[in-house]
Amino acid sequence: MRILIYAWEGIKIAFEALRSYKMRSLLTTLGIVIGVTTVITIVSLVQGLNKAFANQISAIGTDTLYISKMPWIIRSDKEWFSYRNRRNITVDYAKKIKQSATLVQAVSPVLMTRRSVKYAGTTAERVLVVGTNADHLITANALPEQGRFLMNSDVRHRKAVCVLGWDVAKALFTNVDPIGKRITVGGRKFKVIGVVEKKGSMFDFNMDNQVYIPIGIFQTAFGARWRSVDIQVKAISPAVIEDAEIELTGIMRRLRGLPPGKENDFAINKQSMLMDTYKNLTNVLWAVAIGVGAISLLVGGIGIMNILLVSVTERTREIGIRKAIGARKFDIMIQFLIESMMICALGVVIGLLVAIVVAKIIAATTPIPAAITLWIAALGIVFIVAIGLFFGIYPASKAARLNPIEALRYE
Amino acid sequence: MLIELKEIEKTYEIGTVQVPALKKINLTIAKNEYVAIMGPSGSGKSTLMNILGCLDTASGGVYSLNDNDVSAMTDDQLAEIRNREIGFVFQTFNLLPRANSLHNVELPLIYNGTPASQRKKMAQNALEKVGLADRMHHRPNELSGGQRQRVAIARALVNNPSIILADEPTGNLDSRTGEEIMEIFETLHEVGNTIILVTHEEYIAEHSNRIIRLRDGLIERDEAMN
Ligand SMILES: Nc1ncnc2c1ncn2[C@@H]1O[C@H](COP(=O)(O)OP(=O)(O)O)[C@@H](O)[C@H]1O
Ligand SMILES: [Mg+2]
Repeated sequence: MRILIYAWEGIKIAFEALRSYKMRSLLTTLGIVIGVTTVITIVSLVQGLNKAFANQISAIGTDTLYISKMPWIIRSDKEWFSYRNRRNITVDYAKKIKQSATLVQAVSPVLMTRRSVKYAGTTAERVLVVGTNADHLITANALPEQGRFLMNSDVRHRKAVCVLGWDVAKALFTNVDPIGKRITVGGRKFKVIGVVEKKGSMFDFNMDNQVYIPIGIFQTAFGARWRSVDIQVKAISPAVIEDAEIELTGIMRRLRGLPPGKENDFAINKQSMLMDTYKNLTNVLWAVAIGVGAISLLVGGIGIMNILLVSVTERTREIGIRKAIGARKFDIMIQFLIESMMICALGVVIGLLVAIVVAKIIAATTPIPAAITLWIAALGIVFIVAIGLFFGIYPASKAARLNPIEALRYE
Repeated sequence: MLIELKEIEKTYEIGTVQVPALKKINLTIAKNEYVAIMGPSGSGKSTLMNILGCLDTASGGVYSLNDNDVSAMTDDQLAEIRNREIGFVFQTFNLLPRANSLHNVELPLIYNGTPASQRKKMAQNALEKVGLADRMHHRPNELSGGQRQRVAIARALVNNPSIILADEPTGNLDSRTGEEIMEIFETLHEVGNTIILVTHEEYIAEHSNRIIRLRDGLIERDEAMN
């Protein structure tokens, strides 16, 4: 009860002081404002980036593994050259994996190239031609919107059929049903059997600018017998992804005839690798946020401490009066700590407002959905208390320790 | 006994120099006495008042207030004594410049945790006693010297202290206003308050029942008046 009464007195005094010295208080909060704005903007930026990135790579399922000669993340040229010399991965691995793996529901070998695609005088340039099998429907989530996807018999008999990506279909066929039409892919004739539904894009990669053909035809048509194949594997659920990776590693080592102790000469890629690399990147941003934030908050805090010391000196007589009348050390201490926290609060509130505006601008002008969430605002309150207390303690205790007689005599 | 000083000494140290301000003062003051302390400048009057008012502690001797030994108390205990037992009136008023009369008078009540509604009532009451009911919302710079001193007296009264201490309360006032202030002290004395005041004007001291004269930190004379 008692503490509430003089805490309220403290708040009134602090308001009075802030009002009397508007400009001084505002300038004092500048450091805090900059610190809070920086930290909160970067935090909201990182959160926005996280969201955007997760969105982008959601096309790579968390339940899918990609077996390849090369890992997705290569750190140096030297690594790259050593991976390049590895033996090729061949199409028949896919069949063997499908036969022996237990945690796997679909396996599709993949070869790709860019070719132009033509129909009745219309040409689509640089279309990604994907040679694969029927399982690609599942591993790449290539659901047919019209017609059907490749089937086992198409692949086995190397039929000259193709399935179009959404954008390819739109580019070549206006007002015409593409199903059953014969088109030219890289100089060869293929019959259209289906159109895959719109998939969107991942970063700059347009997943709808594709044509799917049986992998056997791909190899003969585009002279790719010597090229290493990538194998996409869909586990039976995201939960078993790690076990599936272990199982696949075992199968691959057996297929490659690797004796125990010898290193893997293939890579099993997955979404989390991209996520990890990305997180390393955002860690840099976090470090910048923490660094800049800490420095400006330190500067801001010292500013507050300085202004409070001035305030204590200016109000020496007032402190003397309060002590003569019965204020204890603690009462005076509280008064100045409250004032310190209120200056901080002013800075944090201004900083938050500026950060909200900055986040809105970022969200409006870039694809990053930066936003201030509730916990960021809560972080602001923690700032107020922590900085206000930390930098207020010294001036407040200086005020509390003043000798009442000397304070009363102060001119 | 309300106040009992035994062998009270106060020595100020300025660097290595020791300035004895009070030398073995023995003094008792009973409830409802009206005491004037007189003496030349530098004789130790303010030092004595500060010790009596628990603003300062003696370098030696024992001070008991209401039979409690004050000499051994901590700063915070002294603050509570000042709040509860002492009402101080200063020569320079010592009001908070930005607070109005009401808030200035409420101040001692804030530090003993009196709830706001009761506080306001008590402060209004005290201001009425000093004849300032119509100046509650004025700030010190909107009041005359005499009015300011009356606000200070109301502040000293508001907590019903055992002693009212006034160190040259009329020193900054003209003689007519001084007389008005002295009348207030007289009324306070009549209703049962204990008053100790410092002055060097004989006509001010004549309002009291007892005059203690200090010289060089010693009691030179201690006489009752009629
Ligand atoms: N804070 C102090 N430091 C040093 N000497 C002091 C201090 N206060 C008072 N004195 C000295 O103590 C003596 C008594 O002072 P004071 O009690 O103020 O006298 P009075 O009020 O009677 O004029 C004087 O010699 C004065 O100079
Ligand atoms: Mg004096």
